[in-house]
Amino acid sequence: MASESGTLTSSEYISHHLTNLTFGKLPAGTTRYDGTVVGESGTWTFAHGTEAADMGFWALNVDTMFWSVGLGLLFIWLFQKVAKSATAGVPGNTQNFVESIIEFIDDNVKSIFHHKNDLVAPLSLTIFVWVFLMNAMDLVPVDWIPFVASEMGISYMKVVPTTDVNATLGMALSVFGLIIYYSVKEKGVGGFLAELSLQPLGKWMLPFNLFLELVGLFAKPVSLALRLFGNMYAGEMIFILIALMPFWIQWILSVPWAIFHILVITLQAFIFMVLTIVYMAMAHDHH
Amino acid sequence: MNINLTIIGQAIAFAIFVIFCMKYVWPPITAALAERKSKIAEGLDAADRAERDLQLAKEKAAADMRQSKDEAAAIIEQANKRANQIIDEAKEQAREEAERVKNAAQAEIEQEANRAKEALRAQVAVLAVAGAEKILEASIDEQAHAQLVEKLAAEL
Repeated sequence: MASESGTLTSSEYISHHLTNLTFGKLPAGTTRYDGTVVGESGTWTFAHGTEAADMGFWALNVDTMFWSVGLGLLFIWLFQKVAKSATAGVPGNTQNFVESIIEFIDDNVKSIFHHKNDLVAPLSLTIFVWVFLMNAMDLVPVDWIPFVASEMGISYMKVVPTTDVNATLGMALSVFGLIIYYSVKEKGVGGFLAELSLQPLGKWMLPFNLFLELVGLFAKPVSLALRLFGNMYAGEMIFILIALMPFWIQWILSVPWAIFHILVITLQAFIFMVLTIVYMAMAHDHH
Repeated sequence: MNINLTIIGQAIAFAIFVIFCMKYVWPPITAALAERKSKIAEGLDAADRAERDLQLAKEKAAADMRQSKDEAAAIIEQANKRANQIIDEAKEQAREEAERVKNAAQAEIEQEANRAKEALRAQVAVLAVAGAEKILEASIDEQAHAQLVEKLAAEL
């Protein structure tokens, strides 16, 4: 499929496939990819090549948002359809499928999280299914959607939202916010601070304790985000590298890798979910 | 790989999906699951109960059967007894009747015999007188000898 990209070199092909479609404002004085210089008031445009870096924070990865929201809506639509017609009688195929997922999540939540909280189970369900769907975009052959997009005039299209660190970090930080919120709600500000500073070594080692606990606290969202991102990014990279090979060898490599990846995408969604439940349980537990 | 606004966009989308899920997806489905669970429990309960009822009914039927058999046997026994009794009674009656008839016959025979004796006696007296008349050839005063003849007849 590298041949379809024609004139691109291998490294250009790879970096093209790993670049998001970013919309943002280029500041004044930036030299664009075609050599023109952005005028006085800057310009709102889609980034080309490395221009996304010049846009700074106030830019949006349109492809990431499009696919993640689209897949989220797919999840919501499917589950809400079942929820609306949910019957205690004999379930249909779709309801059966949805129920088995819900029971799976419910079992996991009940075995880890022993407090009263109506948010945790739906949160876990959303994480598991949504992350799974986003990861599953990995299994679509790497050139199909970008090719269609480029035919439509869209030059960059990264279809796996979880290979964008913004997406995983956005979710991880939301979970982090919930951890802080429930820690404070359950233990009070004082209790939470005491938990951060008075253990594991007692009050005479307070600064050391605080340092240790803060590192542990901030490691939670970072590890959550980077684990998912790293796994999916690496997997996508392998698919891209396989796509660079001659066509007759591609399927020999990409099929086993795709089959293996079915395991990885499920596992990563599951790990993200379980860790979230564990963190929520830790936030509720009094030490 | 730039950190940008997408991080907030993703967080907002995440929050919306979670809230939607919490409001409209999770409760109805888990409610349906719980309802089905209780329905199944009820069904199993009912099955258990029905089985117990069946067992009881079977036992009751067997007991009824046993009782009926006992009753039937008692009735048959009673009937046999009664039959025997009736036969005995009939026998007794027949015997009594026979006795009675026999007695009556005997009494009649006796009566007849007495009557015949009486008749004979009367005739013997006459015959004796006639015999004596013949023997004596004399005229004997019947009246004078009547007493003697009657005495003779009474001795017969």
